Amino acid sequence: MKLFVSEGNPHCLKVLAAVEVTGVHCEAQYVSHEEKVVPFLSRPALPALLLPNGQHLFSSNAICRYMFEVSGVESTELCNQWLEWEATDLQPALLQALHMTVLQGKGSEVSKVIQGPLNYLVQSLSKINTPYLTGEAVSVADVVLWAALYPILLDSGRFDVGDLWFDRVNGMHACQTAAQKVLQGKGHECMKSYMQRQPAPQISQCRDMQPSNSTPAEADEGERLVSEEEIEAAALTWNKGLSPQATERKHPILPQEGKRNILLTSALPYVNNVPHLGNIIGCVLSADVFSRYGRLRGWNLLFVCGTDEYGTATENKAREEGLTPQQICDKYHAVHSSIYKWFQIDFDFFGRTTTEKQTEIAQDIFWRLHKNDFLVEDTVEQLCCENCKRFLADRFVEGICPHCSYPEARGDQCDKCGRLINAVELKARQVMELIPVVILLHNSLFPFGLESQLEQWLDKSTSGGDWTPNAKQITRSWLRDGLKPRCITRDLHWGTPVPHPDFKEKVFYVWFDAPIGYLSITANYTDKWEKWWKNPQQVELYNFMAKDNVPFHSVVFPCSLLGAQDNYTLVNHLVATEYLNYEDTKFSKSRGVGVFGDMAKDTGIPSDVWRFYLLYVRPEGQDSAFSWADMAMKNNSELLNNLGNFINRAGMFVMKFFEGCVPVMDLQHEDKRLLALVGWELQQYIQLMDKVKIRDALKHILNISRHGNQYIQVNEPWKKIKGGDTERQRAGTVTGVSVNIACLLSVMLLPYMPTVSQTIRDQLNAPQSCINTMLQGTGTFVCALSAGHRVGTVSPLFQKLEADQIEALKKKFGGQQKTAQNAASAQPVTVPVPAAAEVTTVNGVDSEKAKQLTQAVAEQGDKVRALKAQKAEKAVITAEVAKLLDLKKQLAVAEGKSPEPAPQKSKKK
Amino acid sequence: MALRELSSLEKYLGLKKPNKYSTQGDKKIPVLQNNNGPPLVGLVTIACHLVKEAKRPELLGDSAESRAVVQQWLEFRVTRLDSYSKEDIKTILKDLNAYLQDKVYMAGNQFTLADTLIYYGIHPLIVDLAIQEKEQYVNVTRWFNHIQHYPGIRHHLPPVVVLRNRIYTSRHH
Repeated sequence: MKLFVSEGNPHCLKVLAAVEVTGVHCEAQYVSHEEKVVPFLSRPALPALLLPNGQHLFSSNAICRYMFEVSGVESTELCNQWLEWEATDLQPALLQALHMTVLQGKGSEVSKVIQGPLNYLVQSLSKINTPYLTGEAVSVADVVLWAALYPILLDSGRFDVGDLWFDRVNGMHACQTAAQKVLQGKGHECMKSYMQRQPAPQISQCRDMQPSNSTPAEADEGERLVSEEEIEAAALTWNKGLSPQATERKHPILPQEGKRNILLTSALPYVNNVPHLGNIIGCVLSADVFSRYGRLRGWNLLFVCGTDEYGTATENKAREEGLTPQQICDKYHAVHSSIYKWFQIDFDFFGRTTTEKQTEIAQDIFWRLHKNDFLVEDTVEQLCCENCKRFLADRFVEGICPHCSYPEARGDQCDKCGRLINAVELKARQVMELIPVVILLHNSLFPFGLESQLEQWLDKSTSGGDWTPNAKQITRSWLRDGLKPRCITRDLHWGTPVPHPDFKEKVFYVWFDAPIGYLSITANYTDKWEKWWKNPQQVELYNFMAKDNVPFHSVVFPCSLLGAQDNYTLVNHLVATEYLNYEDTKFSKSRGVGVFGDMAKDTGIPSDVWRFYLLYVRPEGQDSAFSWADMAMKNNSELLNNLGNFINRAGMFVMKFFEGCVPVMDLQHEDKRLLALVGWELQQYIQLMDKVKIRDALKHILNISRHGNQYIQVNEPWKKIKGGDTERQRAGTVTGVSVNIACLLSVMLLPYMPTVSQTIRDQLNAPQSCINTMLQGTGTFVCALSAGHRVGTVSPLFQKLEADQIEALKKKFGGQQKTAQNAASAQPVTVPVPAAAEVTTVNGVDSEKAKQLTQAVAEQGDKVRALKAQKAEKAVITAEVAKLLDLKKQLAVAEGKSPEPAPQKSKKK
Repeated sequence: MALRELSSLEKYLGLKKPNKYSTQGDKKIPVLQNNNGPPLVGLVTIACHLVKEAKRPELLGDSAESRAVVQQWLEFRVTRLDSYSKEDIKTILKDLNAYLQDKVYMAGNQFTLADTLIYYGIHPLIVDLAIQEKEQYVNVTRWFNHIQHYPGIRHHLPPVVVLRNRIYTSRHH
């Protein structure tokens, strides 16, 4: 008989106490929380008991009962009943309470969770007149219940649990021994690592914790009941004055004493790609919304980003376009800047990684790692082109993932399972068919030996900060797989040189180098950059990214900074989005699928509407999809008919019925009730935004305008204005309240749609100070436009997106949707005849041709496979394979990928 | 639901006088008024009590080890099968399927109360499975089909059709 337990696992208390109390001989083995002891369970379950007959017990109560039975004490019906109650009623509440205490630091709030079951226990105890739960002697019920309650009562005498009974059991030597074994006298701290590995408990009745997966408008919320207190409070707030206007942003922004200092980064886009909508929503746009919101909240915030410019891909692109790498970077840096400008991304500084500061800081970190002995020298296999003696960029190699068999894995990372790969491990490497490749060994440096520091820091950061669940999960799985040393150098020219004399010819690998860009970009912004980056006491760091970037920000980069031991600011909040798909397929530049940053402005749809829709479908918690039809629908139903309609009506009533002056408002109960409803939505918005739930927060803006529309509809001011004095006065109140709600909406919209937001305030002639008033505290909806205030000129905010317009756009950007006929008339091409054809495209991407070639490659591939299956003659197969290879080369050219250094290159130029 | 289970169990055990039950709380936990003591609360507690009353102790296991295994699955029934989320369903079926791979009954080679209560509890899950899923969890399906045809067990529940033969064989090509 063997008992498996783990340290800091509260369930192990029960079984160890049972062993001690019964004196049953049983060997206890300590294993890690993740150890799979019970073969048939998919999740690790501890404690577990291996019975003499080879069966496993995984229920701690069953184990305890067994211990007692083996020692000669059979469990009574009363015992059974306590054990069943413990498992079904007490345990769920305790798990939630432990989760709150250990992980969320909300120990003071646990009483409301466990009060119910505790009361039941106390009542039952008061009815019995025996020293123990089921009689004169200690039974399995006493041990199980004591052990269940012990961890939560550990540091407090806060709960009354029939002190006498609890103290009696607690005082037993056996129980104290078990507690010491499991918790090591360290209390809650000791349970942390166990609790982190458990799924979060389901919280059933909590209103503000709605699942975030449904899209905003579809999450239907029933009519909320508003209490009288809320109504009175809302009316009081309404009469508060505006705050003084906030001071203008003054550069350079530096941390300030007594303020919430936030440093915000979005993942650095790689310079030689034009970003697509998925890139934009995942990084820069999400970060922009949060930074604008943060400024409205009065936080002292710095938002930096820039282009990531070093690496083989840039070198290749330069060769392809006949420019130097620096020229390529200059050119594309400008492309990026203009795209983000069009999307109104309000960086405090948008820099780049190819600067002096980058070299200085990267080399400093390198030397520190070196001096602290965290680097090891080793060799790594690398794919190398035989013709031109150059190593290939990992990203340039595509093949089958060795871990999950995903067919489109890249040489650095699999986009499906997220694991890092060495390019040489890929199966069926595609690049090899294009370019002769040999594998060379090359010397490298690897960081190692930082695991324990990293785990300690991660425990703190993930429990204290707002990490999205995917970020936590990806990081956890990385740690579980164990940290392997990663190569930080590459044999290239275009990179930050490694300063070590033994590695003169090498540069830093982009994943060591690129995140240091955050620091160097800040250094280019201000000489006092260390006040942000070496100041973890004062500064909170937010990183925004798509989920494929998580490991580099949560593991790789923190390792560099921890190892450098220079008091660096490490990430506190890691916000990762899932993937955005395009009309149910993946965005792909090479296949011409999707809308890319530079094309968005050519659609004629305003930047604000793009921002709104992208944020509305932000892949928050799960993958989502961009759809043209859906975009049109959301524009027409939410922006035009709901939000725009309400704001426009409110403003128009003031203009038409009250000569442009806000009328006198005499608030009735119904109006105050609306203020309370709106105030509640505002409060939800703030709570969600504080937690970076950008998409969920948007729902509450739209809810407010829905309430507003309903309010206008019910009160019909356009009719009442024609009635008697009281009726006219009523029309005035309704109009005044509505136009003030419009003003509030403009503030809430600011992070999402900055232009529309400003337009609303211009139209209403609203005081600028309203923007730093409304989002104070838990939400402050004040009357910003008081009676007599003169509004400006009101006009419609949004335009309808027509079906034919959308259909045309869908065709234009849909890659696959394009008909063959259109394509043929547009450009004479020789495919899909599967034969070699001279390629005559000019530089750059030819998506239509690429699409047809893709088709031709697929057909030819099928043909080859069929021939092989039929065991056709070798010569026939060879000929067909040659055709296939040729088609693939053409495809690469048409896709704008460099097939170089293939011979085709000369033909192409 | 739990009350119908208990009355089916009474019939199976051949108890002559049906008991009167009430429920308590939102979760409708069954309560049995007991003439010679305080009321018994909870499905497992009451079911074990009925088995003892019917003098069929072997249904709770015939050794300390099998009694522990039976109790463990009874607990599984009231903790995992009485409230589960959509994601849990897969885990539950997968784990049970792995467990039942080399077993005829929940506690090994002998029919016990665990079979009865897990069968009642898992019925709603099995009813919703597609044929393909039933094939995926083939051990669970085999066990389930066996228990639903075990004399005197099914009573209040409709039978679930389980295909005996796989539609697709792996040697198809």
